[in-house]
Formats: sequence, structure tokens, C-alpha cells
Amino acid sequence: MVQEQIVSKKLRFFIIDGYRVARETGMGARINTVMQTCFFAISGVLPRNEAIAAIKHAIEKTYGKRGEAVVQKNFAAVDSTLAHLYEVQAPNQVTSSFDLRAAVPAESPEFVQKVIAKMIAGEGDLLPVSALPVDGTYPSGTAQWEKRNIALEIPVWDEDLCIQCGKCVLVCPHSVIRAKISEPQLLAGAPPTLKSAPARWREFKDLRYILQVAPEDCTGCVLCVEVCPAKSKSEVRHKAINMMPQPPIREQEAQNWKFFLQLPETERQALSLSHVKDVQLLQPLFEFSGACAGCGETPYIKLVSQLFGDRAIIANATGCSSIYGASMPTTPWAANQNGRGPAWSNSLFEDNAEFGLGMRLALDKQMEYARELVGRLSDTLGDELAEALLLADQSTDADIRAQRDRVMLLKKRLRVVSTPEARDLLSLADALVKKSVWIIGGDGWAYDIGFGGLDHVLASGRNVNVLVLDTEVYSNTGGQMSKATPRGAVAKFAAGGKPTPKKDLALMVIPYGNTYVARVAMGGSDSQTIKAFCEAEAYEGPSLIIAYSHCIAHGYDMRYGMDQQKAAVLSGHWPLFRYNPDLVKEGKNSLQLDSKPPSLPLKKYVYNETRYTMLVHSDPAGAKRLLELAQEDVLARWHFYEYLAAMPVGGTEKKEEHHD
Amino acid sequence: MIDLSTTYLGSTLKNPLVVSSSPLCEKIDNIRRMEDAGAAAVVLHSLFEEQITLESHHLDRYLSHGTESFAESLTYFPDMVDYNLGPDAYLEHLRQAKVAVDIPIIGSLNGISTGGWISYAKKIQEAGADALELNLYYIPTDPDLSGAQVEQMYVDLVRDVKASVSIPVAVKLGHSFSAFANLARRLDQAGANGLVLFNRFYQPDFDLENLEVVHTLTLSSSYELLLRLHWIAILYGHIRADLAVTGGVHTAHDVLKAMMAGARVTMMTSALLKNGIGHLTTVRSDLLAWMEGHEYESIRQMQGSMSHRSVAEPAAFERANYIKVLSSYVLKT
Ligand SMILES: Cc1cc2nc3c(=O)[nH]c(=O)nc-3n(C[C@H](O)[C@H](O)[C@H](O)COP(=O)(O)O)c2cc1C
Ligand SMILES: Cc1ncc(C[n+]2csc(CCOP(=O)(O)OP(=O)(O)O)c2C)c(N)n1
Ligand code: SF4
Ligand code: SF4
Ligand code: SF4
Repeated sequence: MVQEQIVSKKLRFFIIDGYRVARETGMGARINTVMQTCFFAISGVLPRNEAIAAIKHAIEKTYGKRGEAVVQKNFAAVDSTLAHLYEVQAPNQVTSSFDLRAAVPAESPEFVQKVIAKMIAGEGDLLPVSALPVDGTYPSGTAQWEKRNIALEIPVWDEDLCIQCGKCVLVCPHSVIRAKISEPQLLAGAPPTLKSAPARWREFKDLRYILQVAPEDCTGCVLCVEVCPAKSKSEVRHKAINMMPQPPIREQEAQNWKFFLQLPETERQALSLSHVKDVQLLQPLFEFSGACAGCGETPYIKLVSQLFGDRAIIANATGCSSIYGASMPTTPWAANQNGRGPAWSNSLFEDNAEFGLGMRLALDKQMEYARELVGRLSDTLGDELAEALLLADQSTDADIRAQRDRVMLLKKRLRVVSTPEARDLLSLADALVKKSVWIIGGDGWAYDIGFGGLDHVLASGRNVNVLVLDTEVYSNTGGQMSKATPRGAVAKFAAGGKPTPKKDLALMVIPYGNTYVARVAMGGSDSQTIKAFCEAEAYEGPSLIIAYSHCIAHGYDMRYGMDQQKAAVLSGHWPLFRYNPDLVKEGKNSLQLDSKPPSLPLKKYVYNETRYTMLVHSDPAGAKRLLELAQEDVLARWHFYEYLAAMPVGGTEKKEEHHD
Repeated sequence: MIDLSTTYLGSTLKNPLVVSSSPLCEKIDNIRRMEDAGAAAVVLHSLFEEQITLESHHLDRYLSHGTESFAESLTYFPDMVDYNLGPDAYLEHLRQAKVAVDIPIIGSLNGISTGGWISYAKKIQEAGADALELNLYYIPTDPDLSGAQVEQMYVDLVRDVKASVSIPVAVKLGHSFSAFANLARRLDQAGANGLVLFNRFYQPDFDLENLEVVHTLTLSSSYELLLRLHWIAILYGHIRADLAVTGGVHTAHDVLKAMMAGARVTMMTSALLKNGIGHLTTVRSDLLAWMEGHEYESIRQMQGSMSHRSVAEPAAFERANYIKVLSSYVLKT
């Protein structure tokens, strides 16, 4: 018990409301200066006055070049810290009736309690090797137990204003805000503060809609509130969700969240997976990752998990997505109530495309052998089942569900047969259900280090889906330049602003003519994003999705991430399009532009971000020159895309095309 | 030979056409073109004190965000040896403008804190400005702040700045005061060498579709000149400070009216944004043509000729005029 230790060790105990001091002195939510001052004020490693003078000297040295105002606010934080640091008089005996919370809740699974909790508590070294799984797999769905409680404020729902559009659910990088629709009678036993509203769907008009936040998992990033389009008619700043302090509502919302989780999920068959409004009802199988609050990469990954998670196999390149995807001791990857969820692995930074291709080849081989065995065993299995298994069309969710039922039946019939072939087929039966292979990584991987492999894999024509989370820098290692870095942006190794334009990965791949290619930005068009993911997955061949991902390394308040994505699209920096080779069969041009010609000067987009403005401050003339060139890049590239999209199909001139 | 010259803030100007503060002055090339087109002086775009502070805070906030939290990436940006923050770029621009043209260059400072006003005013003087224009754009939204307090704040600021620089100082301000003539006299007594009348009040508009407050900036029209004419005519002769008109000056007629009301110079921005810098040439030649046609010899000759104290009917500027105007309106229906 904490108090017991304080008492028995005769510790001196100090407290400070660090966030308050930081907020009131203009430091925002950054408490470094405050806590550092506390350390020197309490520890006595230096006489107090000397220590404070040294801190101030260090502040001047570190922040002086960022301007006098910055130095002054840090000084104010130091002084205010000393005024707000209090010593607590501990009693002589233990009196407290509460203690630190356990690392994980009591209802978590055994492995989480025995192994993961130890690591969370910083006692991983005490675990014997035998505590870890022996086969290289690791239990998934474990991030949900790590209640981090990092948000000072969380969104609170106003059910009367909400139009149930699902945009907040779609953008939440941490899968924290979720929606369900429920039979009214299932809400009978709900906690008293659980909110619900009549569902605004024609098909579900008798059901209740519930938008619920996981209060202890929210990061307080505010992305959801920023995208919410519904405003109060009598006070426009009040939206259908609003940030409120977390502590007073934590307990109540935690109860609501628990209740919400046990409500049944909506059957996928009842939903239209190409609409944001319906996608919000799909269970995410990627939740509560430790990505930065407001991360721009994770919403795309979550979307993959919602749309295809129950049959996805994922090869993940090293980068942010491998770190928040599986850094010890927990993983955000999860399974649904049937135990189905993505299988996930990370090999290296440089070989991820090949790694995923290997998965594809293995699955194809397994499928091939399984089909062969089904043919050979058709007498034992019954011709009808064998034929149905072999001829199954698996293009829709319903088809796949039907095939899963057949495989269940197949397994049942195989269990009573003991021939070697039957045993082989039993172990391979699941391969008869179509799988969705995803190769995921950052721009550092796709544009640079893993590009050779990526090119090879796309050229192979195999059915893999590549998702490039383009943050335009190597994010995980601290913002180094990649070939995806735009001209004029500052990054490590490009402190003078990147002199050359962003590599156009899409334009390097389109000429293969065999690859589905899409460029998406959720904040630019969420419906186009969802459409692209569905088309890419459905395409029988390689697919490449390049997704604009705002990032802490861009240098602005990430609550505006979706606004910046929109600005990127409007300025033409990030044209949206889909290139679908199948369209040729319909006599259409494969390239469809999904955004309009540039309408916002590039300057209005880039100068919201420190990665561009810091060049203005360090080299104004250079910044100006690069901005002009970058603006030219944007226009030239747009014209080129426009030209490609207007080209007659098959290279044959069509007279009528010349009229417009 | 018609004499267009006038004096303003201690300099003799070849004519009364001055370019007021706007982004047009951010390019040295534009300033050269203004001189070539006939401008007699240029007021540079403003140095905004809070913008400098804000830039510092932003830079710091985003360079620090997320740092020292994750072992694999302690920072997300290269930290530069130096940042060109603060007024350095502005001062460098001022120096270049001084080298590029012969006409007077007036620095412009827009701020809120006494500390900022004084240190930046000194720097602008050191960089070679011929004079300084202080823009007091302040919106008193605090219901506890009285008009007298606001006026005192203005007077104190002018006195402080005057005490710290030796170049002439003009004050540019809005007209929303209960007793403008009195405030003008107090600013005059605090040492202001010029009054630039008036700032335009940029009212925000509402976007009804998105329920957002949006910024608007519509360019002026000659109609806005009338308010300026009125007050210049009233103040003329009552204060020592030079009077300048900004707002609604578009044509040679506008310039003539301002001169007759008592202004030393007229300033233009909207007209140049609308018609290009070359518009100065047109206004200047129209001015000459009108003066020639009406047999005026010089600008000085007409300055103040239609001010409150020079017109036959001073009541036209007073309450009597109000009654007359209302009763003279002929209803069409
Ligand atoms: C785009 C624009 C920018 C301006 N920027 C400044 C400024 O930085 N400082 C200032 O004192 N006035 C500024 N002004 C105001 C002008 O100097 C001028 O007082 C005002 O536009 C009225 O004059 P006009 O009718 O000739 O436009 C600006 C005006 C415009 C239209
Ligand atoms: C061959 C190799 N080089 C360097 C690294 C170190 N490393 C790990 S992640 C990473 C950057 C990843 O950047 P990116 O692919 O853009 O993904 P992001 O972090 O932006 O999501 C680097 C350089 C590595 N793991 N392997
Ligand atoms: S604040 Fe951020 S983490 Fe929390 S629910 Fe909203 S989007 Fe999700
Ligand atoms: S974004 Fe706003 S209106 Fe849309 S579902 Fe979320 S809370 Fe409701
Ligand atoms: S560094 Fe960027 S990409 Fe990585 S987790 Fe943070 S916001 Fe996401």
C-alpha cells in the first residue's frame, strides 16, 4: 500500500497540480518545466536558489532562439511551480482506505493478469521465460485492459442534436467512440446515465442508437468533436459531442461502456459497407493503440479491421504502425465474439511487401491443396457439399458467411474419417474461405527502403492489398525525410526544406496496368476512402492505397488533422483518385479523379504546419523559392492527372471525345 | 507650373499622394513602382506585436509537442541554429526599402503592450524609418472598461512612444469615440505629430450554412470618404498635428475634397488593390488637370479652404445640418 510505504519509510510527500500550473502560465499541457522545477526544489541536489537560477539559465539557452515570449512563459512556470508545490503531512500510522488501482481490472483474462499486468507494472524482469507463449504467437485484444486514463477531457454526447452520421466514429484514431443500434428492450437494464436516441435509419427505425465513449481509453485528441457537423441552434459552439472534464464522469461512463460492450453487434448483412453511416456500426478489431493522441494513420487501420478484420492477414512493416500495433506488453489487434480477428505479424522494415507476398502464396497453395482434397474426398463428403465448396462465389460478405458454414460442416464430416487425406483436409479446411491479405507500412518503407520489394510484389499480379500510411516522413524514428516528403517541408536530413518534389508513387505503379491504385485522405472525402478500401479488397490482383496521414511530425494541433487533410486536397497537394484496371472492361478510363481542380493556394494549406513555417523563420528567401516551386509542382501534377483521366480508352481515338 | 507639394510629419512631399499600410508594401519591387507611379511617401505594412509573440509560442509548442516521450524518437524536427523571429525580417525590409527609393518610408506598428510598442518603435527608428505610424486598433469589449479609460490608454501609449523615439509619430485610429475632437486634442498634446483618420472597422460576418463567424474584407468606396471629410474639416485649425485621410480615397476629386477639408495628405490602399499601382499616375494627372481647369496654383492654397472655420455655412457640419438633411428628403411615393 502506498501510504504504508510513506509512513514506514518516513518519506516526505509533495503534491502539485502540474497541469494547472502549466495551463495558467501559458505552457498548455506541457509539464516538463514544472516537474523539473519540482525535482530541483525538493531533491536538494543543489541549494534551491542555485538550482532555480540554473534552470532559468538552461531555459534561456534552450528556448532563447524561439523568442523572448517563450523564455518568459517558462520563467513564469518555474516561479508559479514554487508557489504551487505543497508538502503533505503524512500521519504516523496507516489511515488510508484506498490504494493505487491494480495494473489491470480483475475481470481481465488470466494471461493478462499473470503476465501482462506484471509488465505494465514494470516488473517484467521478474517473469520466468516459461510465462511467455512458446510458439511465437501472442494473445491479442489486450490493449483494452490497459486503462491508461490519459485524457483530461473526453467527448460527451448530446443525443438530441446528433444526426448519427458516424463521422466521429470513423475518425477516432483509438476506436474509443463507438456506435451501436439496439432493440429497445435490451436497454431495460442499462445504467441510469446511458443515453440513446431513436435510430435514424429507415431499416432500423424501431431500434435505439447509442453513441458511447470508452472514458478510460480516450486520449482527448478532440478529432471527433472537430469533425462533428451537428451544432446547436441556440449556441453554435455546442455540438452533438463536446469535450468535458473526464474525472467527474469517469466512473459513470465506465459503467455505460461496459454495458455498451455487451450489447449485440449488428449483423453485417443488414448494412451497406460503402457508407460512413453504416460503417460506424462495424466492430473495430483494432482498438486503444498507443499511437499519439490524434494520430492520422490509425483511422485507416481501424477501417481495414472493421471492413475485413474477421478474415484479414496482415504483414506490417516496421514503423509507427508496428510499434503501436504490437509493442509489448499489449496489442490493439483484437478478435470479434466468434474469435475471428486479423492475424498480424511484423518481419522487418525493408522486406514487408515480400513478407506479405509470402503469406499470399502460402494461402494460395493451401487453398489449392485443400480444393484438390475436397475433389478427391467428394464421395466421403457428399457430392453436394464438395461441389458447393469448390464453386462458391466469395465476393460478398454473405457469400463468405455461407462458405464458413460449409467449412464448419466439412470439418464435422471430416472428424469422423481417419484417413491421412481427411486429416490433411481438416487442418487445411479454413483455407477454403477467402482471406484478405494486407501489407501495411509507412512511406519510409513504401517509397524508400522497401520500394524494390513493393515494386516486385505489385508486378507479380498476386492478390494482395497494400496500404501506405503516408505521413511524408519517417515518423517512428523522429521525422526523417523520405522520398514522400513534399518540396519545401522541413524534416531531419532536410533542415533547409526538401529541395526536390514528393515522389509520385501512384504514377510509378499505374503504368503496370494490373494494379488497383487509390489515393485517399479521410478528411478530404470519407466516402471516397471507404469506397477505395472496398474496391481495392474486391479487386482480384494487387492493390495499392496511398493514405494521407497527418502526424505529430507535421507540427500543428492534431485536433485539426481532418481540416488539414481537406486543405491538402483542396490545394491539389493531395489529389484524390481511384485507378481501377477493371473499368477498361466496361469501356471506361481506369483513372477516376475524385477531387476537384486545385482551388486553395498551396500556401494556405502548408503554412498551417510548423514543418513548413519553420523554414520561413530560418530561411525566408529559401522558403519563398521552395513554395513557388511546390505550387508549380501541384499545378503541373494536377494537369497531368487530368490528362490521364481524359485519355480515350485503349489508346484508340474516339471522335466525340474531342468536343469537350 | 502647378505646385502639388505639401508637408507631412516633418518632410516636404512632392504631392499629397501617400500609399497607406497594406500587404502591397511587402514587396520592394512594389515600393519602387509606387515611387515611379508618383507616390510621395509609403507607409509600410504593419509590424504586429502579437503576431510576433504568437509565432514564437506556436513554433515552441509544435517543436516541443511529443518530444522526450518515446525512446526511438526524442524529437520530431531538426532544431535550427537560429530562427528569424521577431521584428528582424520587418526591419530588414525597411532598410531595403530605404535603399531602393528616395521618397520617405514610414514604418507602421500595430500592438497592444507598452513594452512591445517601445522596443519595436526604437528598432524601427534605428532601421532608418523617416517617421512612425502607430495603429491603435483596439476593440473595447470589456463592459467594465469606460471610454475615459480607453482614451487614457491611447494618450499614455502615445506619450510613452514619443518619449522613446525622435522621429515624428503619427497615430492611426478609428472614429468610435464619444468626443472625437477632444481625444484628438489630447493626442496632439501628448505629442502626436500626425493623426491618420480613420481605421476601417472590419466587422466579421456570419456564414449561415456552416454557422461560423467569417472574416470579411471588402475594399472601400469613395462613399467612405465623407466621414473623414467631416472630421478633418472640424479638426482643421484646432490641433497642431498634421491630418491625413485614409479610407475611401479613390479619385482626384477625393484628394481635392480632402485637401480642402484640411488634410495634409491622402492615403490609398483599396484604390491600388483594385486598379493597380499605376492608378497613382492617373490620380496625379487628373489632379493636375482639375487644378489647371479651375486655376489653382498649389495644393497649399486649397488646404483647409472648406474646413469648418472657412466655409460660409459652418452649420453644415453641425446639428442644424442634420435637421435640414432629413427634412429635405423628398419621398418618391
Ligand atoms: C488587405 C489590406 C491590408 C491592410 N493592412 C494594414 C496594416 O497592416 N496596417 C494598417 O495600419 N492598415 C492596414 N490596412 C488599412 C489600410 O491601410 C487603409 O487604412 C484602409 O484600407 C482604408 O483605406 P482605403 O480606403 O484606401 O483602402 C489594410 C487594408 C487592406 C485592404
Ligand atoms: C533496415 C532498417 N533501417 C532502419 C530501421 C529503423 N526504423 C524503424 S521504423 C523506421 C521509420 C519508419 O518510417 P515509415 O516507414 O515512414 O513509417 P511511419 O513510422 O512514418 O509510420 C526506421 C528508420 C529499421 N527498423 N530497419
Ligand atoms: S477525443 Fe480522440 S480518442 Fe477520444 S473519442 Fe474523440 S477522437 Fe477518440
Ligand atoms: S459526428 Fe456528431 S452528429 Fe455525427 S454521429 Fe458523431 S456526434 Fe453524431
Ligand atoms: S508519430 Fe505520427 S504516425 Fe506515429 S503514432 Fe504519432 S502521429 Fe501517428
